[in-house]
Amino acid sequence: MLTAMKLECMRGNRRLFHSLTFSVNPGECLQLTGPNGSGKTTLIRILCGLQEPTNGNVIWKGADIRRVAEEYRSSITYLGHRHGIQEDLSALENLQIFCGLNGVEVGRQRAICALEWIGLPGRETVLARFLSEGERRRIALARLMLTRAKLWLLDEVLTSLDRAGSHSVRMLLDKHLADGGMAVVATHQELHLSQGPLQRLELAA
Amino acid sequence: MKSHWTMFRWLIWREVLLAWRRKTDLISALAFFAIIASLFPLGLDPDPRLLRPLGGGVLWVSALLATLLGFHRMFACDLADGSLDHLLLTPQPLILTIIGKAAAQFLLIGVPLILMSPLLGFQYGMTSAEAWQLTVSLVFGVPILILLNAAGAALTLGMHGGGLLSALIVLPLSIPSLVFGAAGNISLVGAVLALTLAFAPWATAAALRVSLG
Repeated sequence: MLTAMKLECMRGNRRLFHSLTFSVNPGECLQLTGPNGSGKTTLIRILCGLQEPTNGNVIWKGADIRRVAEEYRSSITYLGHRHGIQEDLSALENLQIFCGLNGVEVGRQRAICALEWIGLPGRETVLARFLSEGERRRIALARLMLTRAKLWLLDEVLTSLDRAGSHSVRMLLDKHLADGGMAVVATHQELHLSQGPLQRLELAA
Repeated sequence: MKSHWTMFRWLIWREVLLAWRRKTDLISALAFFAIIASLFPLGLDPDPRLLRPLGGGVLWVSALLATLLGFHRMFACDLADGSLDHLLLTPQPLILTIIGKAAAQFLLIGVPLILMSPLLGFQYGMTSAEAWQLTVSLVFGVPILILLNAAGAALTLGMHGGGLLSALIVLPLSIPSLVFGAAGNISLVGAVLALTLAFAPWATAAALRVSLG
């Protein structure tokens, strides 16, 4: 479904990676590892279409993602380093607005349930600026539960989460893969997934 | 089409909520407008024969400066917390997102600014016909200023001293609307608005992609 063809990326005159070819099929998860500065974040951003590769293509269902941009964007969800939680909105507003902008209208009750499951009970209406970094990360994770994206692109998803939080991420990923979803995850930590084959891609420094 | 409309509504709601929570930005831009426009009658000869012909031009320049102050950080907050990435990744075309953001800014700052302008015009001894003409010219003019500022903000996103650079890009581009608007030539301001609508959102979209890439 998602195929990377001979991807190459230059940063200034440094070559981050070249001739990267891989594919991710329904039910599969690809874990990206590699030292700092090896281009994990850049690769994820290229897979999202936020950044252009120097060479090569990203293919979604047989077509270049630049050609099917709108359809592709409605099939993916991205969770980056900066997770896009707005400090001046409450957890609930962040969640509902994010889903609404992605074309999924989520009722108040469903959003509250998602926030409860992810470990933020009773804090739905607190402004995000009064929450801790890990709690904001959890709001971002709750988005994964509510959007209907087929492909998850997650960058350093386990940072600033405690043990229970990391466990929730694993449960979410397992469920997503069991439902035939796909995921590309950049992380140094072991994912310990029980579902599906886990491919690994090690980027060299 | 229906889903585009849904997203558009959520975008407007998001901007309104955020602007409400960050009221100081909104209030300072409007207060700035009122103060600049009120300083001129104090500094100049209070003779109504002198002030009356100046009113339209001074109010237009004040609106120009106030929008410059209010909008040069239009995308900066979204960039800082990463939500700009998510705005670019929503399924709707980026052009619609930009137009939605500009429309929300028009509702939040543009509309109050336009409503204030005839009141400020009376300080210059404007007749009600003149004040009405000024208001109508601003109804067409303020969207031009917002769209130009959006392009300037996108081009200078993430740069040090981006606000000043954005002003240097936007001010020369707003000369045509200023000339026609201050002269009260509403059909020409409308023509400039049509031209700006046709080009500025595309320039903004391209600039945003480059800034994030």
